[in-house]
Amino acid sequence: MINASLKQLSQALAAKQISSVELTQLFLDRINRFNPTLNAFVTVDADKSLAAARAADARIAAGTAGLLTGIPIAQKDIFCAEGWLTTCGSKMLSNFVSPYDATVIRKMEAEAGLVSLGKTNMDEFAMGSSNETSFFGPVRNPWDQARVPGGSSGGSAAAVAARLAPAATGTDTGGSIRQPAALCNLTGLKPTYGVVSRYGMIAFASSLDQAGPMAASAEDCALLLNSMAGYDERDSTSLERPVEDYSRDLDKPLSGLRIGLPKEFFGEGCDAEVMAAVRAAIAEYEKLGATTVEVSLPNSHLSVPAYYVIAPAEASSNLSRFDGVRYGFRAEDYGNLDDMYMKSRAQGFGAEVKRRILIGTYVLSHGYYDAYYLQAQRIRRLIANDFVEAFKHCDVIMGPTSPSTAFKLGEKAADPVQMYLSDIYTIAVNLAGLPGMSVPCGLAAGLPVGLQLVGNYFAEARLLNVAHRFQQVTDWHLRRPAGLE
Amino acid sequence: MNQWEVVIGIETHAQLATVSKIFSGAATAFGAEPNSQACAVDLALPGVLPVLNKKAVECAIRFGLAIGAEVAQKSVFARKNYFYPDLPKGYQISQMDLPVVVGGAITLQVGQGDKAYEKVVRLTRAHLEEDAGKSLHEDFHGKSGIDLNRAGTPLLEIVSEPDMRSSDEAVAYAKALHALVRWIGICDGNMQEGSFRCDANVSVRPKGQAEFGTRREIKNLNSFRFLKEAIDFEVQWQINEIEEGRKIQQATVLFDPESGETRMMRSKEDAHDYRYFPDPDLLPLIISGDWIERVRGELPELPVQKRERFVSDLGLSTYDATTLTASQEISDYFEAVVSVAGKASAKPCANWVMVDLAARLNKDGLEILSSPVSAPQLGGLIQRIADNTISNNIAKKVFESLWNGEGATADEIIEKQGLKQITDSGAIESLVDEVLAANPGNVAEFKAGKEKAFNALVGQVMKAAKGKANPQQVNDLLRQKLAG
Repeated sequence: MINASLKQLSQALAAKQISSVELTQLFLDRINRFNPTLNAFVTVDADKSLAAARAADARIAAGTAGLLTGIPIAQKDIFCAEGWLTTCGSKMLSNFVSPYDATVIRKMEAEAGLVSLGKTNMDEFAMGSSNETSFFGPVRNPWDQARVPGGSSGGSAAAVAARLAPAATGTDTGGSIRQPAALCNLTGLKPTYGVVSRYGMIAFASSLDQAGPMAASAEDCALLLNSMAGYDERDSTSLERPVEDYSRDLDKPLSGLRIGLPKEFFGEGCDAEVMAAVRAAIAEYEKLGATTVEVSLPNSHLSVPAYYVIAPAEASSNLSRFDGVRYGFRAEDYGNLDDMYMKSRAQGFGAEVKRRILIGTYVLSHGYYDAYYLQAQRIRRLIANDFVEAFKHCDVIMGPTSPSTAFKLGEKAADPVQMYLSDIYTIAVNLAGLPGMSVPCGLAAGLPVGLQLVGNYFAEARLLNVAHRFQQVTDWHLRRPAGLE
Repeated sequence: MNQWEVVIGIETHAQLATVSKIFSGAATAFGAEPNSQACAVDLALPGVLPVLNKKAVECAIRFGLAIGAEVAQKSVFARKNYFYPDLPKGYQISQMDLPVVVGGAITLQVGQGDKAYEKVVRLTRAHLEEDAGKSLHEDFHGKSGIDLNRAGTPLLEIVSEPDMRSSDEAVAYAKALHALVRWIGICDGNMQEGSFRCDANVSVRPKGQAEFGTRREIKNLNSFRFLKEAIDFEVQWQINEIEEGRKIQQATVLFDPESGETRMMRSKEDAHDYRYFPDPDLLPLIISGDWIERVRGELPELPVQKRERFVSDLGLSTYDATTLTASQEISDYFEAVVSVAGKASAKPCANWVMVDLAARLNKDGLEILSSPVSAPQLGGLIQRIADNTISNNIAKKVFESLWNGEGATADEIIEKQGLKQITDSGAIESLVDEVLAANPGNVAEFKAGKEKAFNALVGQVMKAAKGKANPQQVNDLLRQKLAG
C-alpha cells in the first residue's frame, strides 16, 4: 500500500481491502517514524486526519464516494485550511490558525473526499529553491539526507518521495513544484496560470503563483489535478473554462509528437550527467514515435533577471498585510506604531523574504519603476512571444528541469544568485503562464534527474499523456530512496 | 486681495450606494457594531483575493454618462502601497494610470438672483477605489482600536480641473456634484456619515499671471460650510504669506472647524512614495459598449436634460430652470405642482416653489421633502389663483393655513374661511358706490388730478370687501364711475 498508485488505492478502498482510517493510520505511522529526521511536515494532526478518514469511509460505505475519496494526501503549508495551523514556513504566521479553507483545500477535502495528513514544510513564503529558508528548519532529501529536497515545495516533495504520503499539493511561482519534483524523483505539474484557483493560497507573486499536484506518476497527477482545477468566482484570475478530465488522453500514442528542444536549454550551465539523462529520455521518446526539432527561446537568458524584478515587486506588496496588527506574529516590546511595524516585520520575516521585500520595494519606487518594473514586464511579453513562436514548430518543449541534481544543505545558502540560477529552466514557464511538468528520467550518481516538459496553454492533458507514455516504458519514476522501509 | 486670483480644484470621495463592498461580499451599511461587517477579504487574511463588485462599476458608468465624460473601455486597478493599521492589506486598491471615467463637465449656477451666473467646471477624471477602515483613538487606555466595517466600501473619487476662482464657486460646484450623485442614485450624499467628502486644492496667483501658484491641499472637508470657511482662511493665509515675502510650500493641510484655521499635516518632502503598480489579482476592467448603453437606458432624466425641458417646454427662464433642477427633490416637487396647476401656470408655480415655499421652508429650517404643504396642495392653490377664485394676496393666507394644517386642500380653506373672490359686478358696484359716497374728499382730489387718491379709493373698496373683491373689476368700476 505504501507504494501504491492512487488508482490502486482507490480500488483497494472501493473493494474494502482497506479502510481510509487504516490507510491514513499507515501513513501517519510513517510520518511519526521518519518525519523527525526528514522534517517534511510542519503540522500533523492525527485526530483531524482520522476524523476526515472516518467521514470518507462513511461516504464509501454510502456509495457516494468519488475516485479519490479516502486517499490521504499532504498539503503544502501555503494553503489556508480551516482549523489548521497555516504558517507558510514563516515565523510571521507561526501562530496563525486559518478560519477558512482555500478553494483547493475545499475541493480536495469536501468535494473529492481526500484526507489531509498534515501541512508540509516549505521555503518561507515560497521564496527559495532548497527549503532552507523555512522558519521550521530545512527539509532533508530522502535520497540523501545531507542534501536539499529543492524548494519551495520541498516538504511536499520529501513527503511523497519518502512515502510519508501517497501524493501532495505544491505551488509553483518560478519552479517550486518542478524543481523539488526533479530533485526528489517525483512527477510534478504546474498548470496553466488560472487553471487552479489561488483563493486561500498565500500569495507570493500573484501573477506567477499556480498550484499543482506532486506525485509518483503522471497518472496520479492527472487524477489529482481533476480534483484541484476549475473556475472559482473568488479568484478573478481563474479562468472560466469547461471542466476537463485531465486523464482522458493518458494512453494516447505518441507517434507524430513533435518535441521542441530549445537550444538555450542545451548549452552551458547544466551538469553533464543531468544532460546525459535528459538526452537519453529524448531518445526514448523517439523510440515511441516522436520527432525532435530545434527551437529557440532567444530571450530566455532574461527570464531570471525579469523574474527577480516582477516576483519581488508583487511580493513586497503582497506581504504588507503581515504587519502585526490583526493576526500573526507581533514583537514583544515596541514603542510607537512605526516601531511595532518595524520590530514585528524585522523579527517575523527571515533573511530571504526581507531581501525580496527590499528588492521589490526598490523596483517599484518612484524613479525606478520604469527602468525595472516596466522593463521586466516588457521582457515578460517577449518571453511569452518566444514560446508562441516555438509552439508553431512543436507540440511540447523538453529540456532539463534543473541544471543539477540535489545539492548539499548549505551549499548555495550563502550565494543567492547561485540559488536563483537553479530555477533557470523553470522560471520562463511561469513568466509565460504556460503549463510545465517535471518527470523522473534517470539517476546521476544515485540522485534523481528531472525532465521538464512544457506545453502550450491548456495543454495539461497532452503533457500528462506525454509523461504517462514515457512512464509506461521506463521505471525511473518507480525508483525509491533506500532506508525508508 | 484685489490683485490676487484664487484657483481651486476639488477632489471628492463619493461613497457608492452599493449593498456590498467593492471587492468582497460584506455589507456596507453604516453604524453597525465595529468589525461586524468585515469578512476574510476585508480583514486581509492570508490568501484572500478581491473580486470586483459590478454594481460599483455601474455607478461609475452612470456618473460618466451624467457628466458627458468618456467611460473608459479599459481601465486598470492599481495598488497604492502604504502602512496604516486601518488599511489591512497594506495597500489600497485604486485606479491610477487608467481611470474608469475621463473628462466631462458640470454646469452650475453661482450666486442668486441678479448676481447669479453660470459656470462650467471641467472634470479631469473619476476612478473607483476602496475606502479604508477607521482608527478609534478613544476608550482604549493608551491603545488604538480599529474598526474595519468601512474597509472596502466602494468610493468614486471625482477630480475636477482647477477651474474654480472663489470659495463660492467651490461650494456651488460641491453642491451641484452632491445633487448629481444623489440624483443618479449612486451616493446617498450623507456628509455627516462621510459618504461625500471633499479635498480642496487651493492656490493664489497675481491676476493676469498664466501659471498657477503653489497649491496646498485641504483634506477631508465634510460640510459645505467647512469647505467655504477652510478655503477662505487658506486663501487669506497664502496671500499674507506671499505679501510678507514668503514662498508657499506644497503641502497637505487639515481644517480645524473649532479655530477656523488650516494647519499643516505633511509637507511635500514627507509625501509617501505609494509605489503604484497594476494589481495582479484583478484583470483590467473592460466595459463594453452594450453595458454602457444598458446603463444609459436605466438613467433617470438628468438635471441638464430637465433644465432644457423646463426652458423649452414650460417657458421658464434659464435661471429658474437651473434653480429648480438644483436637486432631484426640488425638481420632483416642482413637477408635481405643475402637473396639478397646469403647464400654463408653470411660471407662477416656479415662483411659488422658488420664493414663497423656499422662504417658508427656510424659516422653519425644513427640507422640501418634509414640507407641510404638499406639491398637490400647492398646485391646487395656484389653480385657484389662475381661475380668479382668489387673488395672490389671499393665496398667501391660504398657503399659511395649508402650512398650519387648517385644511386638506386650498378649496376647503377658501370655502371654510369664505375667501372666495367677489366677482359679481353688482356686488362690487354697490361697494364702489358706498365708498365713493363716503369719501368725497378723495373723489375731489382725484378729480383735481391726484392719482394717489385713486389708490386710496381702491384700498377702501378692498377693505370693505375684506380683500375678496376682484382687484381688476374694482379698478374698472371705479374708473367708470369717476369718469362719469
